[in-house]
Amino acid sequence: MSPRITGSTALRVLSQLRRDPRTVALLLVVPALLVVLLKYVLEGSPGSFERLGGPLIGLFPFIVMFLVTSITMLRERTTGTLERLLTLPLAKLDLLLGYGIAFGLVAAAQVAIVAAVGIGWLGIDVAGPIWLLVVLAIGNALLGMSLGLFVSAFATTEFQAVQFMPVFVLPQLLLCGLFVARDQMAHFLYVISYAMPLTYAYDALARVTTSDVFDRYLARDIAVTAGVILLSLALGAATLRRRTA
Amino acid sequence: MASESNGHVPAIEVENLRVVRGDNPVLPDLSLTVTGGSVTGLLGPSGSGKSTLMRAIVGVQLISSGSVLVLGQQAGSRPLRREVGYVTQAPSVYGDITVHENLTYFARILGAGEDDVVRVLETVALEAFTTRIVGTLSGGQRARVSLATALLGRPRLLILDEPTVGLDPVIRRQLWETFGELARSGTTLLVSSHVMDEASHCEEVLLIREGRLVSSEPPRELLRRMHADDMETAFLRLIEEEET
Repeated sequence: MSPRITGSTALRVLSQLRRDPRTVALLLVVPALLVVLLKYVLEGSPGSFERLGGPLIGLFPFIVMFLVTSITMLRERTTGTLERLLTLPLAKLDLLLGYGIAFGLVAAAQVAIVAAVGIGWLGIDVAGPIWLLVVLAIGNALLGMSLGLFVSAFATTEFQAVQFMPVFVLPQLLLCGLFVARDQMAHFLYVISYAMPLTYAYDALARVTTSDVFDRYLARDIAVTAGVILLSLALGAATLRRRTA
Repeated sequence: MASESNGHVPAIEVENLRVVRGDNPVLPDLSLTVTGGSVTGLLGPSGSGKSTLMRAIVGVQLISSGSVLVLGQQAGSRPLRREVGYVTQAPSVYGDITVHENLTYFARILGAGEDDVVRVLETVALEAFTTRIVGTLSGGQRARVSLATALLGRPRLLILDEPTVGLDPVIRRQLWETFGELARSGTTLLVSSHVMDEASHCEEVLLIREGRLVSSEPPRELLRRMHADDMETAFLRLIEEEET
């Protein structure tokens, strides 16, 4: 691994994004717009927006980065650039971290905007430190990225990659406790929800928005999320094969 | 063979290479040698296993058995990643950034400087297109960007899979001249083509068909041996001779 190669990979990914202003605009503006939309959708049910808004700030980066990464990595695979990169003195970690840095920066900008709109304008109340919410949100972006990277290995077309979103992301969103408290679900779903990475990511976000106590549950959530990021990055790296059939 | 008579160390040594895809033996049992510091043509109809052989030499192909030695080392081994430049049949560069951004990225991976980027752009005659987005270039220009990236860092061996396909004749001639110059400066080139007449630019020609090596000799010798005026005819007579 080399910082020079990791850094230039991040720069290359950012210059690809820079040439695609429409995607950048969508990445930056859409989450904020959705939060505004949610505020007015929930106007008639007091307390709901306050409960959902905070965690959502941290969940958007997860969804967006999952999608962006699975498509970009699929493109690297299908256009032959991945094969070329792997014939060069580039470590797999250079590529993964390069993507992580570039998308992490985008996620940070995305979170900054949605947090400014949600907390600053719409009055979402965050009990814990806001910086921790932002850090968790960026962590979720990396979680989405690493899962997206991993599943991109199982897609052969962009259509398939897009379909992985409802397959991998939607069930996790439904089970994580965002819409319905997990203990109110059918018991087997409650059990399954413990095996979903997003459950812990959401739980951490919900704790930070409702309390300013850093307890062991929050520590557990953060540890599990970090562990899953590392695990799926390792799995993703394993799908980058130098030799293929 | 020429490789032994003129004293060069072989750049590539393939021994009993077997590659199976699905149930289909793409390369059943292939052995060949490529001389260092020369242009060797790899000719054969499409589907004959040229690309698979090249992928095995670069070290990206899963092989069933046999060995591939490149510059004295196992194909695909770490030290070779700076020594072997590889151009795939379809241009493998980033379509959504400029020519210069592409080359700068690959140059940084190899630790090559801006002067090297300028040099390779000159070699493929793309100096006027550095700020163009690769995706807006013509197919031939894109192929040359892909070729330029493989020249970065002055690799000792260049594996070029159909680099001249679809290019206009003037540029094609220029590229073959460039290949010749590179060989004279000590680079070894293995260039594949399905256009038989391109063999005339090579010092040595490997003809393969259905994954088997049917001939390995200088083109002039093959023409003389087959009593042919052009490579197409020589190739046909060679196959007829094999089949009878």
